[in-house]
Amino acid sequence: MLEIKELRAEIAGKEILKGINLSVGAGEVHAVMGPNGSGKSTLSAVLAGRDDYEVTGGEVVYQGKDLLDMDPEERAWEGVFLAFQYPVEIPGVSNLNFLKAAINCKREHLGQEPISAKEFLGMVKEKSKLVELDSKLANRAVNEGFSGGEKKRNEIFQMAMLEPSLSLLDETDSGLDIDALRIVANGVNTLKSSNTATVVVTHYQRLLDYIVPDYVHVLFDGRIVKTGGKELALELEEKGYDWIKNEQVEV
Amino acid sequence: MGYTEEELKQDLENKEYEFGFVTNVESDKVAPGLNEEVIRTISQKKNEPDWLLDFRLKAFKIWQKKAEPEWAHVDYEKPDFQSISYYSAPKQKKELKSLDEVDPEILKTMDRLGISLEEQKRLSGVAVDFVLDSVSVATSFKEKLGELGIIFCSFSEAVQEHPELVRKYLGTVVPTTDNFYAALNSAVFTDGSFCYIPKGVRCPMELSTYFRINEAGTGQFERTLVVADKESYVSYLEGCTAPQRDENQLHAAVVELIALDDAEIKYSTVQNWYPGDKEGKGGVFNFVTKRGVCHKNSKISWTQVETGSAVTWKYPSCILKGDNSIGEFYSVAVTNNLQQADTGTKMIHIGRNTSSTIISKGISSGKSQNSYRGLVKIAKSAQGARNFSQCDSLLMTDTSGAHTFPYIECENASAKIEHEATTSKIGEDQIFYCLQRGIDEEKAISLIVNGYAKEVLNKLPMEFAVEAQKLLEISLEGSIG
Repeated sequence: MLEIKELRAEIAGKEILKGINLSVGAGEVHAVMGPNGSGKSTLSAVLAGRDDYEVTGGEVVYQGKDLLDMDPEERAWEGVFLAFQYPVEIPGVSNLNFLKAAINCKREHLGQEPISAKEFLGMVKEKSKLVELDSKLANRAVNEGFSGGEKKRNEIFQMAMLEPSLSLLDETDSGLDIDALRIVANGVNTLKSSNTATVVVTHYQRLLDYIVPDYVHVLFDGRIVKTGGKELALELEEKGYDWIKNEQVEV
Repeated sequence: MGYTEEELKQDLENKEYEFGFVTNVESDKVAPGLNEEVIRTISQKKNEPDWLLDFRLKAFKIWQKKAEPEWAHVDYEKPDFQSISYYSAPKQKKELKSLDEVDPEILKTMDRLGISLEEQKRLSGVAVDFVLDSVSVATSFKEKLGELGIIFCSFSEAVQEHPELVRKYLGTVVPTTDNFYAALNSAVFTDGSFCYIPKGVRCPMELSTYFRINEAGTGQFERTLVVADKESYVSYLEGCTAPQRDENQLHAAVVELIALDDAEIKYSTVQNWYPGDKEGKGGVFNFVTKRGVCHKNSKISWTQVETGSAVTWKYPSCILKGDNSIGEFYSVAVTNNLQQADTGTKMIHIGRNTSSTIISKGISSGKSQNSYRGLVKIAKSAQGARNFSQCDSLLMTDTSGAHTFPYIECENASAKIEHEATTSKIGEDQIFYCLQRGIDEEKAISLIVNGYAKEVLNKLPMEFAVEAQKLLEISLEGSIG
């Protein structure tokens, strides 16, 4: 589904990604782990099309198409979803209005009729249960006055509503207590299917207790330096990132 | 497919002002220039009583002594008052009895403005008065309102049919001496709307006036007078458009509202005069004086959505004279390209326990300048007065300006005055968040701006809220910088 080859990117002249190679197949869950400043968030931002970053080399093929050639909204229409590390507040715009606009923009792009009110509300009812989102939150302005946990749950709620093929979760576990973590992970697991893929970017292992990855990649200084199964995450948790750093220095 | 920035810019530049057409009706126009003779001619053409001619002539003398105000944060070439024609009316052969007799060209104009009177008659229950250039051409729903004793007609008609009411209230809220433009208007106004709601009557429908400047080289000087008698209620809407012309057109209106004891007036405006082109050529000078007086336990609420005009100078105000009276001002002012707006309100607290609320939302784009200017004055007599003001500014570009000039004068220590102000720039984070969810940039800006202005838009009657949202979208298309 997603093929990243030698991807390089910089921000304000500083190279952050120094040749990333990653292959994600349908039905798979990949975890990208790494110390602070290794380029984890940059990777998800570049994949989502944030224009603060300049791609200086490499290619990304998503479902047979050149992802880097698409505008951010086109990527969304093609099924790429990014759960933000810091979800953005949009005062005065209700969550539901926001989602309806998102769904209808996509439908318009695909040449479909706008979603009916009935169908939409049915979906809201079903999907909000998934992340135990209070129906009051659905009617409030997008992320305005939400607690950290509510914001992250809202991200997963949006993900459920938009039914993406490729979900990128950027440090979704940060700022979550254990209950919220369980709810969020449960939402992600329920949405998983043989047609979708998930890339989980995280600093800590604990999220991976709930969202079990098929592959774990260690990102260090802009490169993936180690790939393994779920046990690699445990090893990292135990030994810390210094182990990787030292290994790198030796190389 | 996604828009590139270049395409967006081009699209915006090519975007025509939707209401820039001209209606081809024969008009009866007085030669340009302003002197006593012109005023006498206007008065005579309108078959006015002597007291009204006197009112005009006195105002003219006052105007001659006054200077154009220069304190506003706007910069423009002053109009040449001698090159303006002060009277232009569509030529009509005879008095109109029904819509069928209205010039088809005028009906077509209304259609293009989206106000099909026929439609409205049947569907929406909005009574409309339509003012083309200086003269009111059609008022719908008159009979139905008449059954309740409500008078809703053109100003000229009111002068003929209800001179006692007009004489009693005209100039009582905005005196001819008030300011340069109010004096000018008082001297040369040619028509406008008049509305009277009798005691205890709740007007069952929105009353609406559409103003349109059509003729070249004319100014529009309309006069609106709304009187809500004791315990009555009325919601009044006003919309404005003008053809696209290279020269500047002058619009200097006066609106007076009188809310007697326990009455309520809701006055909503969607102002979309031609703003000029992107280089700042042409556009309407909108110099308007709007003020209401509140008697005991009464309430006046101004809501305005200002998207048009090259220069706006406008401060809808409330004089809270009666005890427990309430004044409200809700405003969204959008400026783009080289537009300039200096707008706000004055809340004058005189009665005891009077309260006022001011919510102002400015949105500046392009190279425009957008100012909020407001006065909250608490007189000695205003024991227990309260005011809450919130003035927010949203900057869409680095080249636009947002300014806030709040004035507070308080002579009574028991008063409670709160003022909040914020300035923010539309966030790239917000835009990207929308894009990532598949909402394209145009739609994202419109969502964010509408969310920002929601507190004010919510105050508009349904029919207007939709129109206002559309207008915001058009005014800001491709304006992110």
